[in-house]
Amino acid sequence: MPVEIPKDSWPGAVNTVTLGATGDQGGSRTSTVTIGGERSLPFMHFESPMPHRPAIAMEIAPARPADWSAVLLEAWGATADDPGSWARACEEAGADLILLQFGLKGSGDEPVSADFAVAAVKAVLGSTGLPLVVVGPGQAEVDNSILVPIADATKGERLVLGLCEEGNYRTLVAAAMANDHLVLGKTPMDVNLAKQLNILMSDMGLGRDRVVMDPTTAALGYGIEYGYSVMERLRLAALQGDGMTQFPILVTPGAEAWKAKESKVGEGTPAEWGEWRQRGMNWEALTAVSLVEAGAHVVVLRHPESLRRVRAAIDELMASETA
Amino acid sequence: MALAGIQIYKLLPQTNCKECGFPTCLAFAMKLAAKQVELDACPYVTEDSKKQLAESAMPPIRLVTLKGKAGEARAGNEVVLFRHEKKFFNRPGIFIRVADTAADEEIAVTVGAASSYAVDYVGMKLGLDGFAVEAASGDKARLAAVVGAVRAATGLPLILVGRDPEVLAAGLEKLPGEAPLLMGADGSNWEAVADLALKHGAALGLSGASLEELAEMAVKAQEKGVEDLVLHPAAEGLGASLALNTQIRRLALKNFRPLGYPTISFTSGGGPAGRDAVAAAQAVCKYAGFVVLDRFAPELVYPLLVLRENIYTDPQKPIQVQPAIYEINNPGPAAPVLVTTNFSITYFSVANEVEGAGLPAWLVVTDAEGMSVLTAWAAGKFDAASIAKAVKGFGVAAKVDQKLIVIPGHTAVLSGELEEELPDWTIRVGPREAVDLPRYMKEVLV
Ligand code: SF4
Repeated sequence: MPVEIPKDSWPGAVNTVTLGATGDQGGSRTSTVTIGGERSLPFMHFESPMPHRPAIAMEIAPARPADWSAVLLEAWGATADDPGSWARACEEAGADLILLQFGLKGSGDEPVSADFAVAAVKAVLGSTGLPLVVVGPGQAEVDNSILVPIADATKGERLVLGLCEEGNYRTLVAAAMANDHLVLGKTPMDVNLAKQLNILMSDMGLGRDRVVMDPTTAALGYGIEYGYSVMERLRLAALQGDGMTQFPILVTPGAEAWKAKESKVGEGTPAEWGEWRQRGMNWEALTAVSLVEAGAHVVVLRHPESLRRVRAAIDELMASETA
Repeated sequence: MALAGIQIYKLLPQTNCKECGFPTCLAFAMKLAAKQVELDACPYVTEDSKKQLAESAMPPIRLVTLKGKAGEARAGNEVVLFRHEKKFFNRPGIFIRVADTAADEEIAVTVGAASSYAVDYVGMKLGLDGFAVEAASGDKARLAAVVGAVRAATGLPLILVGRDPEVLAAGLEKLPGEAPLLMGADGSNWEAVADLALKHGAALGLSGASLEELAEMAVKAQEKGVEDLVLHPAAEGLGASLALNTQIRRLALKNFRPLGYPTISFTSGGGPAGRDAVAAAQAVCKYAGFVVLDRFAPELVYPLLVLRENIYTDPQKPIQVQPAIYEINNPGPAAPVLVTTNFSITYFSVANEVEGAGLPAWLVVTDAEGMSVLTAWAAGKFDAASIAKAVKGFGVAAKVDQKLIVIPGHTAVLSGELEEELPDWTIRVGPREAVDLPRYMKEVLV
């Protein structure tokens, strides 16, 4: 029986954004990552081939993080003591890019400083050729105090600088524009708030090829459905032609999943939760794959085994074409 | 899909004879569209119109109910492609595969553990839906024995998997009065399996690699009189499976009847570690009506049950708890006051941590319209005024000696305003995540 497959054709498309710049392009990366460009819902290759695969970023910290789950620290071992060696280990594990997440602390108990932050970024850039996303601790003044010097010190690298929020986007956008970088905008799980920030950033003259957005997601069990639906709605709006929703999406399932009790701790949990390590990896991988299928362009992960699982899933999702 | 009044009117006699009690056929049609009258009220509708009207009233995806000795698993009746458009209705049944080639002891252990599995998630008990018994031995007596053993151990609904109708028949004999699903019919044997399904009142699963194949078998099975069908788009790989499941859902919602049935997804236990969890998660998010896992393991099943709960939550009605002051571990006047929102995941995360750590506390839950702390804060539903209102409204001051209140770390910016709203209270900023609360309470809040 002949069956006519319904194909949607959409007027809009997701912006195409390239992260990182090679030597020829004014940076020092040995590879770049291009995301976005879709004219269909995620992996609907039969409608319109997906031009770029979703990328996987591995999250690292400038010093061995005190609040990460023992499962993660065990997996990275001594490489996590130093951002350069950690970034290299991520590259060897198959990451497409690195996300360096700063906290409020610098070396020891000192507050994070510009010198400390620039040194950590340089160490990462020196030890891996992958593109880099740099994220501040999420307090506007501190973010500005480290991200502006980082932007100046790495001109031309097309780093992604975050987080741009309503309170500090001006400074970060200006720093990114002056130094040939990109920015990461973050808004709390709401389509209209995401649009609003994108409008504000675009009004400063920032190119459409220089913005990545994080509409915020939660882990499995902790409200994943909100982020999931916001992402589906953003993608639908983007395809319908709403320009301020067409930025590629970066989300952080690794950080979200590993702060959930299910992943983070192995003692004092119910027997029905099962074996800790496998549960933690399932928590991260399931959160990530669900979000990739809802339209994520970059998923930021923490565990090397989850990286392998999510990469294998993306391989399968990209490979197949049905008649 | 339901027809509009004017479309119904075209199917009526259009004689305006008034026997239905309405002045015109159009008036009657409007009432029909609004489901305020029954079609029987008009004695002159043709058989053909009746059929068309009945079909239009059918849900785009048929509701298929598998019945065990105790318990049911329902799939279908879905009306949207995206959960935010309305909601997803029937949570896909999660079944565990049991091959009849496995040793009796192994089968007993798996079925025992899986059928009694129950896990608490935000105050709800979640569990599995049944078992898929596979006739891998090809032996009638063996399948019958295993089906009998599984049935003796659990009342949950069953799926029988096998290609040989005679073997399946032997299994069915063990399930009188039930409505299991027969899985294994494809282009070559569907007719015999369909006869079996009809005879036993079982649902019929159809496997095919293409939509054409599935639609063709479905139409023939319908013509034979089988009503409860389940489609198994047999695709290699996550991408092909996603495409086929999406196409089936889209076509069904466009009222393409041959594919208007729930689908089933089998996850193979083979392949690299964790692959089955990912495949099952895709099936849960993207449209499966039944999901069959190859193995039972709590660390696999628990995240899948939670994912299913999350995806099938009504997006218009976040799960909430009652705004109130909750007592944790019998707090006395010296216990601290913690504040959070009434989104149930938020409430349970906080309450479970504090309770699990054995620390007494008063937990003030504000009315944040069921939003989490961050979302509510962004939307202006969790601010200094609403916290102060809750603290005053629940008479918290009368319960404690020490007027100390801990707000979530994500909303540190509220402390100044809150000090103004609650001048007699000391405001402290707690950790951002519930999981860090016990340490904070023991080390910082002393
Ligand atoms: S009874 Fe039937 S034919 Fe007569 S007016 Fe009503 S709808 Fe029309």
